[in-house]
Amino acid sequence: MQSFLKTIPAIAILILLTSGSAFALSDAYKENIYNPGQLKPVDSTLKVKVGEPAPELTLPSLSGEAISLRQFAGKKNVVISYVPAAWTPICSDQWPGYNLAKGLFEAHDAILLGITVDNLPTLYSWTRQMGTLWFPVLSDFWPHGAVADKFGVLRSDGIAERALFIIDKAGILRYAKVGDINRRPDLEELINALKKANNGK
Amino acid sequence: MKKLCIIWTILACLLILPAFLEAEVTPPIEGGKLPDIRLAIPADAGYQTYLGIKGDGAFSLPQIKASVVIVEIFSMYCPHCQREAPSINDLFSKIQQSKKLNDKVKLVGIGVGNSLYEVEYFKKTYSIQFPLFSDGEFIVHKQLGEVRTPYFIGIKIHKDGSHKIFYSKLGGIADNASFLKLIQTQLTK
Repeated sequence: MQSFLKTIPAIAILILLTSGSAFALSDAYKENIYNPGQLKPVDSTLKVKVGEPAPELTLPSLSGEAISLRQFAGKKNVVISYVPAAWTPICSDQWPGYNLAKGLFEAHDAILLGITVDNLPTLYSWTRQMGTLWFPVLSDFWPHGAVADKFGVLRSDGIAERALFIIDKAGILRYAKVGDINRRPDLEELINALKKANNGK
Repeated sequence: MKKLCIIWTILACLLILPAFLEAEVTPPIEGGKLPDIRLAIPADAGYQTYLGIKGDGAFSLPQIKASVVIVEIFSMYCPHCQREAPSINDLFSKIQQSKKLNDKVKLVGIGVGNSLYEVEYFKKTYSIQFPLFSDGEFIVHKQLGEVRTPYFIGIKIHKDGSHKIFYSKLGGIADNASFLKLIQTQLTK
């Protein structure tokens, strides 16, 4: 009986935390979005440090070509947006928002790389619902999540964190944010960080 | 021991209750009334004039000085809303150009899950002239049954200040001309 009483508050708190949602679904996806419910906010430990060189990455993209970080060296700041999984609620609106915000990225001389650990066919069908994306979409599917793991954003269940990285033209990591997987990151914070990175701060 | 049991039970009920209350919220129903949605009075003097609402603090949608209010629930992150934006601008423009409508019909947008920064960016990108509000913490969105976006609600405001929803639909407005006719029929009621 005593052990049962001890579990009540834990159950109640769990229910409170999992009630409601923090996303608005676009009708563009109709009924095709899978809702995984509330997940553990962060389930990995960063392996990269702001101020140090970012790990090199080369991944296949939807355009058919492999994209590497090094190809932007000296030319563009790079924003990496890792989202957890295709066809899920928050991920499905984060990139369409960045698509609209193209001017904000360009204003700070940046390219955006959108990455998930899904395979290319899945990414293809999912991103087609978003319209025409101006930024490359990369697949970190195989070896599964290897790049995510290198950055320390691969979760224990095999999906990625909702993470943002800014790498400047010299290849130095200027911003690393692993946010609550259940919430979309604040655009203003990202753009302010990008502005600072572009100004060499 | 018995006291402890009661305390834990009450605590559990209090915590569980909001989950059940939230589950009961449904999207607005045509013929029904809006929930008590409170929005911040815009600082912009032009918007205050447009809405017929002065001062600071909050206001509710039926307080807008109009016979019909059209509410667009949108998100800057929603591709459908992005595609719909030029068409809604066209609707607003047609309303403003009509001497029969411009005093009586007002249009507002609520950006669900959008910060003020995001709402302003959406407004600037599409040169939106009507007032847009931020619902960054999904408060309004939850009040409206967490509808998908875009979602449009039409409200008829009566002279006594009461109101009735005459339009509540998911998705864009397919045909602005037909929608304007629907609005005009509400004005004659």
